[in-house]
Amino acid sequence: MTAAGLIFSNIHDECLPELTRHRTMASVPFGGRYRLIDFPLSNMVNSNITKVGVITHYNYQSLLDHIGTGKDWDLARRSGGIKLLPPFISAFDSKGTPSLYHTRLEAMLGVMNFISRCDEDVIVLSDCDAICNIDLRDVIKYHERSGADITIVTKRVRSASAIAARQWIVNADDNGNIYEVAEYTKGLCDEAEVSTNIMVITRSYLQAILLDASAHGYTHFFNEVILKNIGRANYRAYRYHGYYANISSISGYFDCSMSLLDANVRNALFRQENRAVYTKVRNSAPTTYCDGAKVTNSVVADGCVIEGEVENCIIFRGVKVGRGTKIKNSILLQDTYVGQNVSLNCVITDKNAIIRDSRVLSGHESMPFFIGKGIMV
Amino acid sequence: MYKKKECVAMLLAGGQGSRLYALTSKLAKPAVLFGGKYRIIDFPLSNCVNSGIDTVGVLTQYQPLLLNDYIGNGLPWDLDRNYGGVKILPPYQGKDRADWYRGTANAIYQNIQFIKQYDPEYVLILSGDHIYKMDYAAMLAAHKRNNADCTIAVIDVPIEEASRFGIMSVNDDGSVWKFSEKPKNPDSTKASMGIYIFNTKKLLSYLEEDEKNPNSENDFGKNIIPAMLGAGERMFAYPFSGYWKDVGTIKSLWEANMDMLGADPALVLNDDKWRIYARHYAQAPQFISKDAEISNCSITEGCEIYGKVKNSVLGVGVRVLEGAEVVDSVIMSGATIDKNAVVKYSIVDSFAYVGEGATLGADRAEGVEVAVVGAGVNVAAGENVPQGAMLYGEW
Repeated sequence: MTAAGLIFSNIHDECLPELTRHRTMASVPFGGRYRLIDFPLSNMVNSNITKVGVITHYNYQSLLDHIGTGKDWDLARRSGGIKLLPPFISAFDSKGTPSLYHTRLEAMLGVMNFISRCDEDVIVLSDCDAICNIDLRDVIKYHERSGADITIVTKRVRSASAIAARQWIVNADDNGNIYEVAEYTKGLCDEAEVSTNIMVITRSYLQAILLDASAHGYTHFFNEVILKNIGRANYRAYRYHGYYANISSISGYFDCSMSLLDANVRNALFRQENRAVYTKVRNSAPTTYCDGAKVTNSVVADGCVIEGEVENCIIFRGVKVGRGTKIKNSILLQDTYVGQNVSLNCVITDKNAIIRDSRVLSGHESMPFFIGKGIMV
Repeated sequence: MYKKKECVAMLLAGGQGSRLYALTSKLAKPAVLFGGKYRIIDFPLSNCVNSGIDTVGVLTQYQPLLLNDYIGNGLPWDLDRNYGGVKILPPYQGKDRADWYRGTANAIYQNIQFIKQYDPEYVLILSGDHIYKMDYAAMLAAHKRNNADCTIAVIDVPIEEASRFGIMSVNDDGSVWKFSEKPKNPDSTKASMGIYIFNTKKLLSYLEEDEKNPNSENDFGKNIIPAMLGAGERMFAYPFSGYWKDVGTIKSLWEANMDMLGADPALVLNDDKWRIYARHYAQAPQFISKDAEISNCSITEGCEIYGKVKNSVLGVGVRVLEGAEVVDSVIMSGATIDKNAVVKYSIVDSFAYVGEGATLGADRAEGVEVAVVGAGVNVAAGENVPQGAMLYGEW
């Protein structure tokens, strides 16, 4: 079965307002050197999907900058490759005021052209707030074998706090037939099989439901398509057992980032045989650890100069940490500059933040202190 | 078909680098790993791109497989161009002759057709033996300003080392009046860096002349430059004062790696205005464990550090496991230092494995030599590799 990919770059932006003020969910920096879109893109490339549409909405300058021609993912191709799909607004909208899409279904309606010009058998959908390293070939094989119209990749989540509000719970029988989907609300259950929003859809079926939705004015994919057709269409759940994290808040971002300090998580994400995670190459020099630097239990990217103490941190590319500074349990995004004798605990700094000498800042694990892009403290 | 280029660079990358022994047993010297994530050739290639020179012929001969693969289509250096870009130029079978490159001048001579395709005014000759950051555009501007036929980049070296280099004696206006290759009694400290800019017409005529001389060694330093100087061509020295290091020996390669350490290093690679580009392989960021101890190091992506690392340069994906100790060493990409191994004053080449509890080298001191472990070598657990040892790899 041949497959094309479709990535939603803005879905769930509102969950992470701090980090998406200047960028899409897709371009939220993660894990020292990545952006969230690197995960779905790499998953697709590593599963031989080389035609990928990226649906954008707003704030997508950072995304364009990150993707470039797509060559860092080997997606700069004559045939296929990466296609950025900006919002489509007709100047002659019959409904009067033209507006951007609000839902997944509307977003897909906006890229009908891309979908109908694909000649692949299936379309693989993915959001950017799902962090995992999954072999989609297995999902596609499962989809083909079961003759499904839609296969939803689901993951067992074992604590209520790890399930995001409005995440979909997918219940399927032992054969994978989905018999129920429901929107999660707090208190509903403590443990559930949730949708990762990675889906494989037979292309002809996707076209049919989009036409139907267009005709009936449907806007919501789960409510108005999946729910209505359960029992009639062949919907399957593919239970995924590997590492998966969904980022649904700034504290969730913090937790998920910090989980990279666990070797099992790093191995599950970054050390899968033949399934590397690709990202934009920045050509940073290696990181310099100066005399007097003390770094422990941290993930550090290249291009940093570290003269102070760093413990339990995620340090992105090009960060400078001055002499006498102590940083604990913090996430410092690209090119953050931390002066001398600074003390930081549970702080997230966005790109290009500047912390001047002798500042003392602290948040809490449950509420990390956030310093916005380019802000000087 | 081809657009005219003002200046074409020819990069001599065929050298064996025999004084690097195990490090060049399977690859050409320009492909030797440097500084954690680079290969030596990244420096001249990046300098070219940063200087606005977008057409580079890379002349390969000795063990070219890895170099060919590494350069590929030139994408990492932005040298994947429709017109120009980087081209690999191996020796080839011609209509009347098939020959290896017999010398630096002969290598260029055999590729005159390549140069002519672009009809350049100037040809820049480079070698893949040095670590330095240099603006060739400034040198070219000086060449034009002097209305020169040939400009040679020179650097001041200590007088006691001058007899290792080609030495220029220079007039006040920068013109060269004498050139002596490795003189016993040097009368100047201006050493040739092996970087030349020629006016294309002059270069081609001297190359053709040189080729007719059966006694010539077909070498720029020994033959072409003296011939041009003897004929009274306008030859100028271009003084360069930044970091420059010949990494042709184990010792100098080790030193150059160490020059990137510290907050204020002699060799600044963390430079947004003059980046050194390299081919990247998707690697996770580095991880420093809670028991790791790191001081005065350069560490790069993919590394996992559980042990102690001091005064060292670690390449991509190096693993230093629990209890291991690495001091004053260069560990190249993909190498593993297993538990409780001790590595001192050594160079460990790519994908070598140092077994549990093995010891390598000795404390750095007067009379102690660098121990070298070649690519892919497996040092058995508990083994003791003495200082100055040279272990060759099988692959």
